[in-house]
Amino acid sequence: MHRLPAQCKLLAVFAFALVVVATPRERFWAFAAYAVLLAGVAVAARVPATYVPRRMVIELPFVLFAFLIPVVGLGERTEVLGLSLSVPGLWSAWNILAKATLGVVASILLAATTEPRAVLLGAQRLRLPSLLVQIAMFMLRYMDVIVAEMRRMRVARESRGFEARNLRHVPVIARSAGALFIRSYERGERVHLAMLSRGYTGQLPVIGEAAASAAHWATALALPAAALAVWGLTW
Amino acid sequence: MVNSLEVRQLAYAYPDGTQALFGVDLSIARGERVALLGPNGAGKTTLVMHLNGILTAGHGSVTVAGTPVRNDTLKEVRQRVGLVFQDPDDQLFMPTVRDDVAFGPANAGLRGAELDRVVDDALERVGMLAAADRPPHHLSFGQRRRVAVATVLAMAPEILVLDEPSSNLDPAARRELAEVLRSLDVTVLMVTHDLPYALELCERSLVLSGGVIAADGPTRELLSDADLLARHRLELPYGFAIPAG
Repeated sequence: MHRLPAQCKLLAVFAFALVVVATPRERFWAFAAYAVLLAGVAVAARVPATYVPRRMVIELPFVLFAFLIPVVGLGERTEVLGLSLSVPGLWSAWNILAKATLGVVASILLAATTEPRAVLLGAQRLRLPSLLVQIAMFMLRYMDVIVAEMRRMRVARESRGFEARNLRHVPVIARSAGALFIRSYERGERVHLAMLSRGYTGQLPVIGEAAASAAHWATALALPAAALAVWGLTW
Repeated sequence: MVNSLEVRQLAYAYPDGTQALFGVDLSIARGERVALLGPNGAGKTTLVMHLNGILTAGHGSVTVAGTPVRNDTLKEVRQRVGLVFQDPDDQLFMPTVRDDVAFGPANAGLRGAELDRVVDDALERVGMLAAADRPPHHLSFGQRRRVAVATVLAMAPEILVLDEPSSNLDPAARRELAEVLRSLDVTVLMVTHDLPYALELCERSLVLSGGVIAADGPTRELLSDADLLARHRLELPYGFAIPAG
């Protein structure tokens, strides 16, 4: 799983997500089967048991939103544990929760088995818009640089006795953020100069091997194919 | 023999009207290592930006190995002039060291085994081959600067232009970089205000001051002329004195 070319995995996750989203929400069994498929992938890829749940925290805002829908939803209502909930709202919440969770877990499995850099190379090979791939690549490269700069600014503030305690301190933080933005912008200009100096013409050259064979594609697409079969069987 | 670099009467004013260069004349022969000395604000970086056509001369000309720097020769000129920027984080923008060194030659059309060979060779020359597959931000500052040198070496430049190569280096990293630079068989223009480093590495120095070349001669001779240094806001570090010739 870890050795599959990233472009195969990217496409597989995308196709799997499409099948999940296209499944009517009333077909509970299909969703259960999708979850089993993902569990199978996780086991095959030897992803540690705690890895996926910890990273699912990212879904939390959507979960909260999903829980709100039945409370504020309109239409026919029903009683659950003494709460009056909207029936269409409950269906919507289930729909969002089930599909989002499956999508998030599939993405986490992709992230667990693929280096960030490889994901971007895969995106480049799939001919995703070059500009977007380049932006993502620079984000990956400069995240640490910018975070380090942010930390130095915080240390500089605190060395002079500043501590963010209440709302009145917000303008100071805001000015720091502004300065950080300007610095990053200027760095962007310098990086662009460095790129021009080495013959950059707007396209990143595709470097490196990792061409996908038919076997790679077959392995990767087994997941969406299985999902599609489930979709067909539960029709 | 054609000089690696010829600059004739180069003048430049920034768009806001600030005149930075007032007619710079210099020539560097193939194989020379020359230091360009000058205080902050003398126009050093502005001059460097002209050497590969990032800035376009307001007046005068820049010629690299016989090729004039013009809009239609930019691609060729950028291949021939290897600029090493002051901050290696600006220079190293790809996810791994190998990808970064490959960026220039790949833009020039190299692929596959030949690209690998060029990349390995450049990293070998700066002693960084072992770090080829690491991301640049995991390297020490000195290592990053050496990789930055490799990124331009990979393009087989006619002349290597280094902007403040010794800045922010600890003494050991500074010495390692000096060893790398001395081992290279390539013309070097080193922009710096680190005078001992210029003396260590370059036979000849130019002093850029007030937007013109104020002095040109053997480094030892220039640095032993206390009046000249004082006139152009150049100073040896405390405790240093360089006896003439």
